Amino acid sequence: MSAVLEIEGLRKTYRSRKRGVRHALDGFDMRVEAGQVHGFLGPNGSGKTTTLRTLLGLIKPNGGRMAILGQELPHSLPVVAGQVGAIVESPQFFPHFSARDTLGLLAQAGELPRQRVDEVLELVGLRDRAGERVKTYSLGMKQRLAVASALLKNPRLLILDEPANGLDPGGIREMRSLMRDLAAAGMTVVLSSHILGEIQLICDSVTIISLGRRVAFGPVEQVLAAHSQGTVRVRLEAVTDLPKAADTLTRAGIRVGTEPDHLLLTGVDKPATVSRLLAEQGLYVSELTPVAVDLESVFLELTATAPVPGQHRQVDQSTKVGEPGTAGTGGGWGA
Amino acid sequence: MSLYVTELRRLFKRRLTRLLLVLLVLGLAGVATAFSYSSHKLSPAVVAEAQAKADADYRQATKDWERTVAECDAAAARGEKTEERYGPDCGRQWQPQPEMFDPKWHLPYQFDFRGEFGNFIAVFAGMLALFAFIVGASFVGAEWSTGGMMNLLLWRPKRLAVLATKLAAVLSAVLGVSIVLGALWTLAFWLIGTYRGSTAKMTSGAWQSTAISGGRALALVLAVAAVAAALASLGRHTAMALGAAVGLGVISEIGIRIAVGLAGVRFGDRYVLSTYAMAWFEKQWKLLDYKSCDFAQGQCNPKELLITWQDSALVFGVGTALVLVAAFWLMRRRDIS
Ligand SMILES: Nc1ncnc2c1ncn2[C@@H]1O[C@H](COP(=O)(O)OP(=O)(O)OP(=O)(O)O)[C@@H](O)[C@H]1O
Ligand SMILES: [Mg+2]
Repeated sequence: MSAVLEIEGLRKTYRSRKRGVRHALDGFDMRVEAGQVHGFLGPNGSGKTTTLRTLLGLIKPNGGRMAILGQELPHSLPVVAGQVGAIVESPQFFPHFSARDTLGLLAQAGELPRQRVDEVLELVGLRDRAGERVKTYSLGMKQRLAVASALLKNPRLLILDEPANGLDPGGIREMRSLMRDLAAAGMTVVLSSHILGEIQLICDSVTIISLGRRVAFGPVEQVLAAHSQGTVRVRLEAVTDLPKAADTLTRAGIRVGTEPDHLLLTGVDKPATVSRLLAEQGLYVSELTPVAVDLESVFLELTATAPVPGQHRQVDQSTKVGEPGTAGTGGGWGA
Repeated sequence: MSLYVTELRRLFKRRLTRLLLVLLVLGLAGVATAFSYSSHKLSPAVVAEAQAKADADYRQATKDWERTVAECDAAAARGEKTEERYGPDCGRQWQPQPEMFDPKWHLPYQFDFRGEFGNFIAVFAGMLALFAFIVGASFVGAEWSTGGMMNLLLWRPKRLAVLATKLAAVLSAVLGVSIVLGALWTLAFWLIGTYRGSTAKMTSGAWQSTAISGGRALALVLAVAAVAAALASLGRHTAMALGAAVGLGVISEIGIRIAVGLAGVRFGDRYVLSTYAMAWFEKQWKLLDYKSCDFAQGQCNPKELLITWQDSALVFGVGTALVLVAAFWLMRRRDIS
């Protein structure tokens, strides 16, 4: 698979005379494969928006390497800009223009056909209100307009920073199916959000950032599995084979708990070994799933941002991984 | 090119641009109309009427004079002292003379195109400069403050090109408006001159010098537009440009005036911007130094300092260039968030 987006060792430092130096990005790595919906997660102030702004050439990094669609940034940004649609953190629009005018001007600047404007307005559900001034829109309507502006170019890479911000439940669900459709049509989507249930539903893979460094990345199941303390549920085609399977696995050094209709394994670092071991015995696995820990708990654990009773966590109190490079080298994900 | 067309379209879609354009046209039309009523053609009838009034005045004055002399003579005959009240010789020496009653005094004001249109070029330039300043500043400033600039940069990541295109859009719009309205303005005053004034002595040389004055006015208006847009871009807000302009105005026109006055600097006005604006319109502007006068000697010819329009070009040109360079430099390296 080819990478649509690659970031290596990205650094961005803000200096202020009063408060000294702040490393908003501190050797951050990220990789997004083509055709994926990629979730970009992190606590407030961890550097998500900074990363996306840097990618889009809005702020200058202090170091590191970035590439989109194989083109080095920021040098080749003008080349790829036409293939990258983006919204960055509650985008603003000139309040006195209508949605149609706003998009029309963007389309003209990008030399796109005029009918594309109506297509995207239809897509985000603003068709009937497109003639009204943006000033009069609700938060969710503005957000829809933002998504429309990002979709306008029909990009190969779509970058959305908190697109669900302010959307109603129906809108969130629509956004979810829209993203699925786009990904199915070959678009790569990078999605930053705090609604982890949503991310778990939509995304193929995730990157989790904390204090400017990556704390975990990989396919969603892998990230979940890696932090389920290796707990896996196994079902077989025939329930009667369960004792034999338990026996086999125990001999392979895996702790097995027997339930009426399935086995619960702990200490599994590669689920694939389980199915291989069983297949060798002529036992066929009908289900092999890491036991449901949800993304939210994994996120809270990884970033160390779970609320503690009686304490008020401050922003910037989250996981600080060691020097860049140490994180994620072992298993490929996790810290 | 598509970006340039887009920016022009954006500029004229803005309500502020449209509103100011309407106000500008109304303002210019108002000045021209009001002025046309104050000018009157000196037709033979008007001249004759003025002559008749002057003659009547002369006759009336003569009558009054004769009566006074007669009264004085009568009083003298009664043996009263008349010297004090009527002057020596009963004031005979004050007999009114016809040339003391100039019919010109009874003539209404007549607009002279050749002599006076230059002032109206300055009036026009002043109103256009105001228009250019507000339009230029708000076009760029509002784009920054509402996030439109950031949006645009996501589409066109070449920052300098984007700023330059916006600037080009503002300048060409202001240029177009100035040329169209300037032509109408000239036509209006030509018509006032023709029908309610005088267009005498408008030789091709006179037209040429009018055109050059117009060109200088246009250059000033364009410089104002460019500075306004650049200031708004520097401050990322319309108000920044307005604030900078007001600040500069106060510092230059009041602060420096007071400071050089207190310090007793010779030709202090040469540090004041409006001096250069005057020189720009008038081709040259004379500063006088009355401190060099020795009034005990009677008449005084104060020392002079001549500010030419070339000096103004230098001051305004360097100022504009500095602001533009700063705006582009900052555009290139600032973080946009
Ligand atoms: N212009 C700036 N000057 C100084 N510090 C900044 C600036 N912009 C961002 N930062 C800092 O950089 C860090 C990362 O900010 P960023 O906006 O990327 O967070 P985020 O991950 O998008 O957070 P959120 O989830 O709240 O949107 C924060 O600590 C923030 O305070
Ligand atoms: Mg953010």
